Formats: sequence, structure tokens, C-alpha cells
Amino acid sequence: METSMKPRIIVGLGSCGIAAGAAKTFDKLLMLSYSGKYDFVLSKTSCIGMCYKEPLVEVQDKSGSVIYGDMTEDKVIAVIEEHFSTDKFVEKMAVHASYSEASEDAYFNGQVKIALRNCGYIDPESIEEAETKDAYKAIRNILENDIKQLDVIQTMLDSGLRGRGGGGFPTGMKWKFAFQNENKQKYIICNADEGDPGAFMDRSLLEGDPHAVLEGMIIGGYAVGASTGIIYCRAEYPLAIKRLNIAIKQAQEKGYLGAKVMGNDHFSFDIYVKEGAGAFVCGEETALIASIEGERGMPRKRPPFPAVSGLWKKPTNINNVETWGNVPWIMNHGAAAYSAYGTEKSKGTKVFAITGKIKHGGLVEVPMGITINDIIYKLGGGIQNDKKFKAVQLGGPSGGCIPAELGHTIVDYDSVNATGAIMGSGGMVVMDETTCMIDLAKFFLHFTQDESCGKCTFCRIGTKRMLEILERITEGKGEPTDIEKLETLAFQIKNNSLCGLGQTAPNPVLTTLKYFRNEYEAHIFNKKCPAKVCKPLLTYTIDTEKCTGCTVCGKKCPSSAIEGGRKTVHSIHQNLCIQCGECFNVCKFDAVLVE
Amino acid sequence: MRIQRFQVEKIKQEQKQVDLGPLEHLFEKYRGKSGNLIPLLQGTQHLYGFIPAPAFELISKETGIEIADIYGVATFYAQFRLNPVGKNIIKVCHGTACHVQNANSITDAMKDELEVKDGETTPDGLFTLESVACLGCCSLAPVMMIGENTFAKLTGKLASKVIREMKVNMDKEI
Repeated sequence: METSMKPRIIVGLGSCGIAAGAAKTFDKLLMLSYSGKYDFVLSKTSCIGMCYKEPLVEVQDKSGSVIYGDMTEDKVIAVIEEHFSTDKFVEKMAVHASYSEASEDAYFNGQVKIALRNCGYIDPESIEEAETKDAYKAIRNILENDIKQLDVIQTMLDSGLRGRGGGGFPTGMKWKFAFQNENKQKYIICNADEGDPGAFMDRSLLEGDPHAVLEGMIIGGYAVGASTGIIYCRAEYPLAIKRLNIAIKQAQEKGYLGAKVMGNDHFSFDIYVKEGAGAFVCGEETALIASIEGERGMPRKRPPFPAVSGLWKKPTNINNVETWGNVPWIMNHGAAAYSAYGTEKSKGTKVFAITGKIKHGGLVEVPMGITINDIIYKLGGGIQNDKKFKAVQLGGPSGGCIPAELGHTIVDYDSVNATGAIMGSGGMVVMDETTCMIDLAKFFLHFTQDESCGKCTFCRIGTKRMLEILERITEGKGEPTDIEKLETLAFQIKNNSLCGLGQTAPNPVLTTLKYFRNEYEAHIFNKKCPAKVCKPLLTYTIDTEKCTGCTVCGKKCPSSAIEGGRKTVHSIHQNLCIQCGECFNVCKFDAVLVE
Repeated sequence: MRIQRFQVEKIKQEQKQVDLGPLEHLFEKYRGKSGNLIPLLQGTQHLYGFIPAPAFELISKETGIEIADIYGVATFYAQFRLNPVGKNIIKVCHGTACHVQNANSITDAMKDELEVKDGETTPDGLFTLESVACLGCCSLAPVMMIGENTFAKLTGKLASKVIREMKVNMDKEI
């Protein structure tokens, strides 16, 4: 307890929390506080990462802290009243308690929070709260003790931090290149154009602890000799943009930003936010620069690299949100403390967004080197409805699928690359036996095809042809040569595209071909979808033993393919059936079989 | 690839009456700044809900950027709309997590319920149906957003119910 002895109630108001109804929960608690029935301080924080239990409400009192999950507006008041009136925590709703075991401890205990150190613990709109958690301590230390630029860069090199946006390039090295350039005007960019579907760690960090990102950029600006920082944030994150702008204003007022940072005569630095306009390719650094310059976000040829000629042809250093968030911690705790976590070539921690068919979906920060199985079973609690774990998709549309058999793979840049997937920004979509891998590959290809900027022919047209083949396969019209064609096209696209989007676009197809080739073959040769997803390949029949003749399916059937009167066993005319699955959905007796 | 063609005649008819006065303060704000085109377009869309054709001409005149280049930028980014939208924009999330939790069934239910295709607006101008990439609340998948409200853990039936309830409420307001 840092402040008074008054109990504090903290509501998690990140985007996910708000989507789950946290704003209404907050309003209920506000009413309770106005009623004067109990004496407490109400405040807000951002995402603590436990999305599957949102909305989350934390109560801090003299005994310590307890977090309650599933605190929708209808439940919250009862729980809080019970907590206060009995002076004990309500065990059945608690997900985590500082002084006792609670149901979801495994989710917290497996984590090491460095980038997300303050997310879910501070009010992101209060710079004072951030300062109590060491915000701006690192830059203060650097400026007051006159630490040399090269020493800062050396610390980053020693820490072993690699770019968290997916590329995995050593951050210190990037800074060194930008530092060595003698041009007087240099830029720092924070890439917050988190476009991978299934990844939301950058959004959570920006919403939960914007000052960490700002301080990281200020340190970066000092190290490379830049005077301007730009945060390129996707427009789909309005809350992140709002909180960043609040944070920037507060930092300017406190002198952490602006002319003569913290009174230092030799260092001026300012930051502004640039809103993206919705193009996935702008996550690529040269496309991002083009977009800031007001052009179509199309990638440019490298070299020259941005460190030599970037924004407005000036040396520019671009890092991702999570990378920037790690920087102040490393400067405060030293390179050795950071590199103590992780594996030989991948140091520190990585944030993952676990989603899909997982029990405990949310945001976790774990040390590099943990196995995929540990993330899924220990932190994630296993697969929904205890179904069979089939594969995990890492790295979004540029990544690939890692099958369950390789669940022992450790999570670091090199081990993940060896499977054919990539670490990417850290989106981890878990799939069970009901996910069709061809349908998934089609989904990703549809995405990259839609987002291709159109500059390179192979990316623009090649992905289109690949998509057409996949569509044909899932419609039951696959041809025997299709697998070979997919492989040829994938090879050509990989080798003839300028930027990361095109070079990695075939990855979802290649990895599913590598690990789930039998599914492709089942679709093409046997015209069956083993996961029962691709509707044109399904056959619906009626189990004559189970059918009670209730006529519900017949009434629902849009193509009148079901025959059978009341109390007589029904049958489906296959020539009329359009595989819509409506009969399967409505049958109460599990009498509709699908194959 | 993002190609969105203009239906010139239709646009001219619909957009003759647009008052471009409010754009003036945008020009003042961004005049002379490099890289100002995207913020200008964003500002315009913020004012009108879409970018009216006459605004393109005015922006070109003010900034000196060729109108073709402005169209190029506006059609490249998914955010910019060149046609008016409905009163309520339904954004059905098609991120990976929503996809594996069957987001397609949500879009299908919406198409049936509203009798429009993806990206279209209902004839009464009340709803526009859109598929969007990740909305960022993957653990609540599948989700859709209508205005500022997010609807989580949906099924096709639940989604249709949301729309029917909205229609009933709107009728009451009238």
C-alpha cells in the first residue's frame, strides 16, 4: 500500500475490458462510492493481460490486494459489498490474491513482466503514478550523470535485446548505425502499426503504460542524436492514441520532452503521434516512412536502410512499441539483469497474445526459452472444452503453424524459425481438431492478398493465384497438381518480392503443407474435410436410431431436402442438400451426422 | 489490392450540395507542413463521414498536389471512404482469433438480416456492414462493433438479435 490506508478499488479499463463491459462496471462502482456506504478510492488502470476473466476489478486494502474476475455490472456490487462487510475476500470470484492462493495463480506465476511491468498496475493517464514506478528515472540518470551516447548504445548491445516487431534485429546495432551517421537531423520512429490479426500486445502496452514507450524513445533519441520522435499508431486504436497524447502533454509539462530535456543544454527532443490510415503493409519500415511522408504506403528498396536514409531522406531509427518499452527497464537494471533471462541468442522476455481455442486467452510475458506446451497448458490452462490440441499459429499472416507434435519447441527467434514459422510480433493463435488447416491457410492468404500494396508482381498476382487454388481445394474442386503448383508459386513469391509482406506471405501455406499435407490430400483426392469445416465437402445424413421424427430439421431446411413426417424417421436427399448445416444445428437428439 | 472505383455520375449527383466551408480550418492547421495529405484526408472524413468528391478538388487546389495523387492515396488506405455511410457502421471482426471461432457465420447472419452485401449500406441508410481486420479483443472472439459498442462471444443468432433490437429501439425513438 503506497498511499493512504483507504481501500482502493481499481477497474481494468483497457480496450478488451471495455469490450467486456468494464465501463459499466466502473459506473456502478462510482455510484457506490457516491452513496457513501463504504469509504474507498476508485481508480482505473489498463489491461493486466487476463482477458478471459474481463472485466477485472482489483481491491487493495490493509490485507493486501485481490483481483476479482468476471466483474460485470450485475455482479460487481454484491462482491464488493461482501468483501467490505465481511472484511474477507470473496474466494469464489477471486482470480489472484497477494495473501492467499487463488484460482488463477498459474497464469500469473509463469510470467516475468518487464515490458508490461506497469500495465494493469498504474493509472495510464497519471504521470505521477508512472513516476512512482520509476518512469523517467533512466533518462534522468543518463542526463544527470552525463552518460555518453556510446555507453547507452553499448548497454543495449550487451542486453541482447532484439527487435520485438518480428524481425529480431539487435536493437543496439540499429542504434549504432543511426548514431554513426553524421547528418545533423535524425529521426526516431515508434512503429505502433500493429496489424497482425491476433496480436494486441502493442495496443495493451500503449494503453497501459504509455510513459514507458515515451521514455524508451527519449533514451533512443539521446543515444542516436535525434531531436524528433514520431509514433505511427494505427487508427483502429483510438484509446491508445488518446492516452499517448495525454502522456506526451504531461511529459512536456514536466520537462521530459521539449527544448532542453530536463534542463540539459545539449539535448532537445519532442514526440508526436501520427495516425495510420489502415494498411497492413505500413508495418514494414520503409512503407511506414512513405506513409508518414503522406504518400501511398508502398515499400522502398533497401539499401539504403532507414539508418542511412529514412524519413525525409534523413537517418531514421525505427523500433517497435514493445522494444521501446523494454529500454528504460534495461537502463535502470543493467544489461546483465535483462540478459539473465532467455536463451543464448534470444535474451529477455517476450509478450505473447494467446487467443483462439484456449481456455485462458490473454496477454502473457514470458522469458524466452519457455516451451510452447508450457505456454498453452501451464499459463493458458489448456484447450477449450478439453478438445485435442492440433497446432498453434505464430507470427500472424507472415508466420506459420507449429503442430502439436512440436509443442516442445522452445520459444526463441532461431528455434521458431527452424520450424518454418516466425516469432513475429507474438500473436499465438491456438487451434484444436475442429480447425481446418487449409481453411486457415486460405484465411491468411486472403488477408495478405487483400493487403498487398501491388508494387511487386509476384506478391500482387502470385498470392491471388495461390488463393484461387486454395479456394478451389476447399470447394472440393482441387486438382491433383494443386499441391505442386502451390509450392512453385510460394517459392517464386518468396524470392521475388521486395518487402517482408510478400517474402513471408506464402509461409502459412508452406508450413501447413509441411505438417498437414495429409489434410490437403484428403481435400483434393478424397474430397473430405477432416476437420468438418469446408462445407461443400460435407455430407449430412440422419441417424435412423436416434431420429425421433420431430420434424424440426425439415421445417428449417432451406432447400426442402429433408423428407419425413411426424414420428417417422427422416432422410436427407443428397442431391437437394446445400450443406448449410442448419439441420445439424437444430437437431436436439444428435441425430444428424456429418462426414 | 485495394481498388475502389468512383461512380462519377452518381457521386456528382449526390454530392453537389456539400458545404466545403468547414475544411478551411483544416487547411490552416496543416498549411505548409510536409506530409500533410493523410491528416487532411482524415480530417475531411472526420467532418463528413466520408470524403466528398468536391473536397478532392479543393484539397488539390490548396496543397498543389495532383488530384490523381490524392485519389491514389485515398484509395490505398482502407480507412478512407468515398461514399456516404449508414448511420450505424457494423464492423464484424475477421481477425485470426475470430476466424477460428467462426466469424464467417456472423457476417453471413448480418447479410441475411440486413439484406446487403459486405461493404454495402442498407437502402434506408441505417446500417453499413463491414468486415474488418482485428479489433484487438481476441479473447472475446467472435466480436463485432457497432459504433462504440462491442458485442462479444457472438453467434449468428445473437448477432441478428442485436440488430433486431436496435431496429426496435430506433422505431421507438421516431
